Parts: sequence; structure tokens; C-alpha cells
Amino acid sequence: MIAIKDLSVKYRGKEEEILALDKFSINICKGDIYTFIGPSGCGKSTLLHVLSGIMKDYSGSVSIDGQAINPKTQRIGLILQNYGLLPWKNVYQNTMLGVKIKNGNELSDDYSKYILKNLAIDNLLDRYPKELSGGQQQRVAIARAFAMKPDLLLMDEPFSALDAITREEMQELFLNIWKHNSVTTVFITHSVDEALYLGRKIVVLSASPGRVLEVLDNPCFNLDNLRFRDEYYSMSMKLRKIVSKG
Amino acid sequence: MIKLLSKEKWQGTLYSFVIVIIFWQAAAMIVNLPIVPSPGFVFLNIMEIFSSKIQIHVLYSLLRIMEGIAISILIGVPLGFLMGYFNKVDRLLSPLIYFTYPVPKIALLPVVMLLFGLGEASKLIMIILIIVFQIIITSRDAVKAIPDETFRSLKSLGATKVQMFTEIIFPASLSEVLTATRLALGTAVSILFFTETFGTEYGMGYFIMDSWMRVNYLDMYAGIVVLSFMGFCIFTLIDIAENYFCSWR
Ligand SMILES: Nc1ncnc2c1ncn2[C@@H]1O[C@H](COP(=O)(O)OP(=O)(O)OP(=O)(O)O)[C@@H](O)[C@H]1O
Ligand SMILES: [Mg+2]
Repeated sequence: MIAIKDLSVKYRGKEEEILALDKFSINICKGDIYTFIGPSGCGKSTLLHVLSGIMKDYSGSVSIDGQAINPKTQRIGLILQNYGLLPWKNVYQNTMLGVKIKNGNELSDDYSKYILKNLAIDNLLDRYPKELSGGQQQRVAIARAFAMKPDLLLMDEPFSALDAITREEMQELFLNIWKHNSVTTVFITHSVDEALYLGRKIVVLSASPGRVLEVLDNPCFNLDNLRFRDEYYSMSMKLRKIVSKG
Repeated sequence: MIKLLSKEKWQGTLYSFVIVIIFWQAAAMIVNLPIVPSPGFVFLNIMEIFSSKIQIHVLYSLLRIMEGIAISILIGVPLGFLMGYFNKVDRLLSPLIYFTYPVPKIALLPVVMLLFGLGEASKLIMIILIIVFQIIITSRDAVKAIPDETFRSLKSLGATKVQMFTEIIFPASLSEVLTATRLALGTAVSILFFTETFGTEYGMGYFIMDSWMRVNYLDMYAGIVVLSFMGFCIFTLIDIAENYFCSWR
């Protein structure tokens, strides 16, 4: 379980301090997918930076299974909003970076080959990030996070740069992978539809500084033909209402 | 495949070479004195005496320059990286570097000679003194210019400090370091020439000055051409290395 209690994060701007998160508290159960939805600038990326150990300057307490956050001992798969690819590594090297750091070598196994193939980037292995489209870069970032078989998956709007068809394929792929090993996932999104499709729990955040408005159990999760059902429609309306009131 | 030297670069080189030769030939014809022999004679002379007279001097000069560059990189790059990555190291060393950087190092030649004698050590130290500061400062600035975001993926993976250096800092700043080396090379060759005019009987500097003393202008020009060509070769070599290692740019 991830326990976040009274988490506050301040950025030091040039003149004033910017409060990005204000007494943010939530418990995230092991092996569940949480989709976080909230207005732009409410501190979603900031939250992921804290959870992934990038940002250490915060007040309040954050723990993963009772332990303080420590990327050296925990296996955290992170997909950054700006992808976080290293420009001097080609697609293959970028994909295997997590595996390399965690396991000490960047040899691909069947699993990473499966990931590369399903993300349709296995024909781009020798290209450098600057030679890729935004959506391709995003898929490399996704591949990197999946390939290292994380215990905790943090995804910051991972499908935002993809076209509608590819996005739905990726959502499907993500759910398939998730069903195999139910890794605890924090999934940030702007889209109500995506929050409903992928989240077992949906967390709605207030405008800046971000606080939790509501945590909803999502009855729509894992329903077939979800987008044509009444549950989908009513949940969608309900979510939109909370988001716009916040 | 990575193209090491593009067609345009080769054509540019050839073009400049032709231009230089034309001007040289024109100057030789106008002046019409032994002090400016025509390029044709000089190149013929090079072919004649290269293996018997020049070769050994080229080897000595080449060795000195290569050693100088290698040692400067071995000292300068790690130091610059540490200064760029750890603010404490930077605060400690920056004032020293800033204070000594603008001192014309050639002015230190007498001191270096007094301390290290007239031999190889002085020559090497002079070259290093000239190049190393540029490499330190460039490496430091290159590391400082890496945006914080670049480190995020590795931080979230729990990478060690060593991995930060090998995966990010080194590849990110390699290109700048090579460029700085290339630029420092011009000065280094001049210094080399200067230091080879005393305390040795080997090196292109010695060969050129010696030919001059013996009023053998053809040999002297041969030396100048060979020394220039040597500089050009090292310059191109670094350029090729940069294109090869930094093809991701
Ligand atoms: N480096 C920074 N320096 C100063 N302020 C920052 C910095 N990064 C973020 N902020 C501020 O902190 C707040 C939260 O930013 P954050 O990036 O977490 O938002 P977000 O919810 O991810 O937004 P979006 O949905 O647009 O990605 C914003 O008001 C932003 O302006
Ligand atoms: Mg964000």
C-alpha cells in the first residue's frame, strides 16, 4: 500500500513560493489501478515526482509498504509527461535503460521483445529520439516502464500524444499486461473516458493547490463493450460534475 | 550507416587547398626570391626528404601533441565533470580556475623551464597548461547546461552516482569537450613549435628553425607544410570522432 499523509510541496519561484500540493492525503491499495483526474496545474505531475523519488523536498509522510520511498530498493516504473528519453540512446537502449540499471545488463528477453512488438516500435530500434514522432517517443517511454517489470507503475498522461485508434490499442495492451501481474498503478489522465476505462478507483483532484475531492470505486472497470453501456454514461456524467465543481 | 566526413567537407577542404596553393604560387611569382619558393618545388622537396629527414621530427611532434591532449583530457574532463555536478567542488575550484585562466600561459615558460628543465617535461607541461583550462571550463559548463529533467528517469530508477556519470554526464557533454579540444589544438601546435626551438634536436619546430639557420628555405617550407598538415590531420581526426560518437545530435 502507498500511504500519503499531509503531503505538501512548494516550488521556489523567482519571487513567491508556489504551493503545488497542499496537505494531500490518500491511501493507494496494492495491486490496484488508480486513475487521477484533475485540472491542469493542480499538481498531478508533482505528485508522481514525489512518488518516484525524484523530488525529495516535501513535507508530510509518504510510504510504500511501510517503507520510505527509495528508488534504489523499489522497482518503480515511471512514464514522465515529457517522456524522459535520453537523446543519445537509441530506441533499444532507451527501452532497456530500466532493465540495465536494475539488472546490470541490457540484453532483451522474450518479455521485452513482446513489449517492443506490441507497442509497434520493434522496427525503430536503431533510431534516436529526435528521429521519432511524439507518439513514437511516448511508446518508447511506455516500453521502458513495462520492460523493467516494475512493482509500482507511475504513468503521467502516457497516451496523450497518440491518435485515437492507437490510444485505444495501448489502453487495451496496458490492461492486458496489468491483468497478468496486477502491478500497483497510478495513472494520471486528463480524459474522463480514460479514467473510466482504466481505473478501478478514480481519484478526482481539486484545482491548484491539489487536494483530493473524491475517491470513487469504478463500476465500469473491466466491462465488455464499456463505451456503449448505461453505467458508462451515468459514471461519466457523475465524474464530469465533480470535476467541474472542484 | 554514419557518414564520417560528408562530401561537402571533403570538397571544402580540397577547395581551400587549391586556393592556398594559387595564392602561394602568385606570391612566389611576384616576390621572385628564394625566401618564397613556389609550392611545386616545396612539394617535390617534401617527397624527396620526407622519409630521410622529416619523418623522425613528425613522430616526435605528434607524440608530444598527442600526449599533451591525452593528459589534458584525463585531468580536465573529470575535474570539469566534478565541478559541474557537485556545487561544492565548483565553489572551491572555480575562483582558482577563473584567476589562472586569463594568465597568458606562454609567459610561464621561463618558470616552467627553470622548474622542469629544458627537456620533454617542460614541453609537455606547456601544452597541458594551454589546453587543460579550456577543457575544464568546457566540461564544467557542459554538465551545468544539462537540464534537471534529463536526470529524472535515472533518479526514479535508483541509479548510482557513477551511473549518472556514465549514462548522462559523459554522453551529454562529449561533443562539447571534443569541440573544445579541437579549438585548443591550434594554440597547442603553436606552443609546441615554440618549445621545440630549444633543448631538443627532434621535432618539427627544431627542423624548421634549423633549416632556417642553414638558409635552406626549401627544407624550411617543407617543414611548415608538414607541420600544418599534421595539425590539420589531428583536427580532422577529432572532427570524425565527434561525428561518430555524437551522431545522435
Ligand atoms: N519547476 C517548477 N517551478 C515552479 N513552479 C512549478 C514547477 N513545476 C510545476 N510548478 C507549478 O506547480 C503546480 C503543479 O504543477 P504540475 O506540473 O504538478 O501540474 P499538473 O497537474 O501535472 O498539470 P498538467 O495537467 O498541466 O500536466 C503548477 O501551478 C505549476 O505552475
Ligand atoms: Mg503534469
